[in-house]
Amino acid sequence: MNFSKKNTFAALAALALCAAVPAGADEWKADWKNPELAKYPTAKVDTTGLAVTDNYVTVGQLHSVTGTMSISEIGSVEAERLAIQQINDAGGVLGRQIRIIQEDGASDWPTFNEKAKKLLIKDKVAAVFGCWTSASRKAVLPVFEKENGLLYYPTFYEGLEASKNVFYEGQEATQQIIWGLDWAYKQGCRTFYLLGSDYIWPRTSNKIARIHITRYLKGAKVVGEDYYPLGNTNFNSLINKIKLKNPDCIYSIVVGGSNVAWFKQLKAAGITGESLAHKKNTSGIGGKLMLTISTTEDEILGIGGKNCAGFYTCAKYFQSLDNPNNKKFVAAFKAKYGKDAVIGDVSQAAYEGPWLWAKSVEKAGSFDVDKVVEAAPGVVFENAPEGYVRIHKNHHLWSRAKIGKMLEDGQFKVVAESKDLIEPNPFPKGYIK
Amino acid sequence: MPNIPIFAAVGGYELHELKDIFIMQGFAGLTLFSVFLLMALGLVIIFGQMKVINMAHGEFLTAGAYTTVFLSKMTQTYLPKLMPIYFPIAMLAAFGVAFLIGWIVEYLLIRHLYSRPLDTLLATWGISMLMRETFRLLFGAREAGAVMPNWLMGSLSPSEGLDIPINGIFLLSTAVFMTLFIFFLLQRSHWGLCVRATLVDRTMANAVGINTARTDRMTFAIGCGLAGIAGAAFTTYSSVSPSAGSLYIIDSFIVVVFGGAGNILGTVLSAFGIAQAQSILEFFTSGVIAKVMVLLTVIVILMIRPQGLIATKIRR
Repeated sequence: MNFSKKNTFAALAALALCAAVPAGADEWKADWKNPELAKYPTAKVDTTGLAVTDNYVTVGQLHSVTGTMSISEIGSVEAERLAIQQINDAGGVLGRQIRIIQEDGASDWPTFNEKAKKLLIKDKVAAVFGCWTSASRKAVLPVFEKENGLLYYPTFYEGLEASKNVFYEGQEATQQIIWGLDWAYKQGCRTFYLLGSDYIWPRTSNKIARIHITRYLKGAKVVGEDYYPLGNTNFNSLINKIKLKNPDCIYSIVVGGSNVAWFKQLKAAGITGESLAHKKNTSGIGGKLMLTISTTEDEILGIGGKNCAGFYTCAKYFQSLDNPNNKKFVAAFKAKYGKDAVIGDVSQAAYEGPWLWAKSVEKAGSFDVDKVVEAAPGVVFENAPEGYVRIHKNHHLWSRAKIGKMLEDGQFKVVAESKDLIEPNPFPKGYIK
Repeated sequence: MPNIPIFAAVGGYELHELKDIFIMQGFAGLTLFSVFLLMALGLVIIFGQMKVINMAHGEFLTAGAYTTVFLSKMTQTYLPKLMPIYFPIAMLAAFGVAFLIGWIVEYLLIRHLYSRPLDTLLATWGISMLMRETFRLLFGAREAGAVMPNWLMGSLSPSEGLDIPINGIFLLSTAVFMTLFIFFLLQRSHWGLCVRATLVDRTMANAVGINTARTDRMTFAIGCGLAGIAGAAFTTYSSVSPSAGSLYIIDSFIVVVFGGAGNILGTVLSAFGIAQAQSILEFFTSGVIAKVMVLLTVIVILMIRPQGLIATKIRR
């Protein structure tokens, strides 16, 4: 290989382009001076060597912006950035502006682990807002527990976990799966077909679902269970199997990009919300339906509302919720990200993360992880778009579950809501062997 | 998951309903067959005729798909009256775009690496990463879908309970048409003659006046163009994202190698075999087990017969 002048110049130009990293963002103010420095001196608020200066504190973001999970996780990134911007505009936390270091997990669990190490050990961030799939959370959990970091995890998940170093902003199984199945049972469904993507969350959720259906729902049974790899795009055989078994309720936990292929192929096979509702349940009450816990407005943006109309999702938040907090939140989100932006349940939960962290820090008067963890239970966020949330001792949130019906424009219509706030119970008796 | 005998599990079904479901299952297998065939067609031309390992094949698929998505959005915004007919035009455009990118890539990069197959592997892998990030910059990281014209949506119901998805029929006809087209192109056209001559003996082909460099470039570009058409066809039943290509590349190579690289008939047979096997196994067991069993079978057959299903005799 001969290094001609032409080749070297081209290489240097390419290198220069790479080095032109887009600097800064508009979420935090430059050249900020802390007005409360006397009240919260750095030496007092940070005794463990975190990335805290007199005027700034640095946090990390660890989501997948590439790969099959990007369809779901980009909303979380956007929501967290909006929350941090709003906190900064209100004066920051302990008078300091919050700076963000964002890393890409690339839908690859070992990458999540590696980036978590980088954020905690090298960047020494005060908190990390990240992860979406349970697999990514399990991959980074050892890192956070060893380095004593803080993770704010936004997604609804299967429960069976309550780490000191993680705050779970999403629902766990009893708040989402069990309540949702009870609703389906009330609609008259007696036979259930469980399916999902092939990793820990759908499998554990369906295990909990199966226990609930067979043990606690009288006269109900599971007629089938199937899993397909993440990123799979061919569901025709599964759809034929479902037609064969003809369940009352299709309980679907298809995650990420596969959602698009799944709904499009359902539509092509003639299974729509309407066609299901016309068929009678085995109990004689009501029509058949499909209930998912993993398809939110984010995924429908990619699927197309016309392919999803008439199916149901169980979540704690929908963009169409009619309360003043949510109206302000949606307006602020669209102002920052464009009028066609959509907000799913996980994005809203991610939005709560920075706020809950900031309030916990203010209550503790310190950035030290141990002090924040001690101060967090009982912290309340009344301006939450879903209404009102409170941190429980087990680091989960009290919340109300809702059932939304998918509409053709990509939004949801709330058709049922739990009367009271459901207490989070990540280790429900009778569901763990 | 226990292998429930099918008849025990369907108590309460009429015989004709079972017949309907088996017809639909057979058709699902044919749909998967068309998907595999479309993916592998472009690759069999490039890998088979030129022995170039094109790791960027999936990204050419994605390029074709994104062209379709782009045109779909343009049509929707500016010329909504053209919605019903935009799709065939989009497929031709997808061919054109992928053809052009393939031509440029061949001219700039591949032609220097013909005698170094491992280097082409690395170089095309780099191209695939480059293309993936370009897509992410141009179109964003989220999944994008093309709006389907109404005649492609839904399904045909020849009888009550029998639903044949229209996009399955569309994929099948596209796959069959493209295969026949490429076959006749290779057998009857001037380009096909040049390609076959170059394959047999490159030096003699050069000596009788065939511009082998030009032929190679044309072959690579046509292979990429075929990938573009496959990508456009895939928007009917799935979405496209910057990293969608990586989902297809492995299956494409398996189909091509199993069929005997360099042979269109071999590719057809291998695509059919693998698709039907996977589809039927998915029906009786679970999705993951079906894939594992199919792949294990392919490995065993390749160990017994490494040249694939139909070996091409090439004089060295």
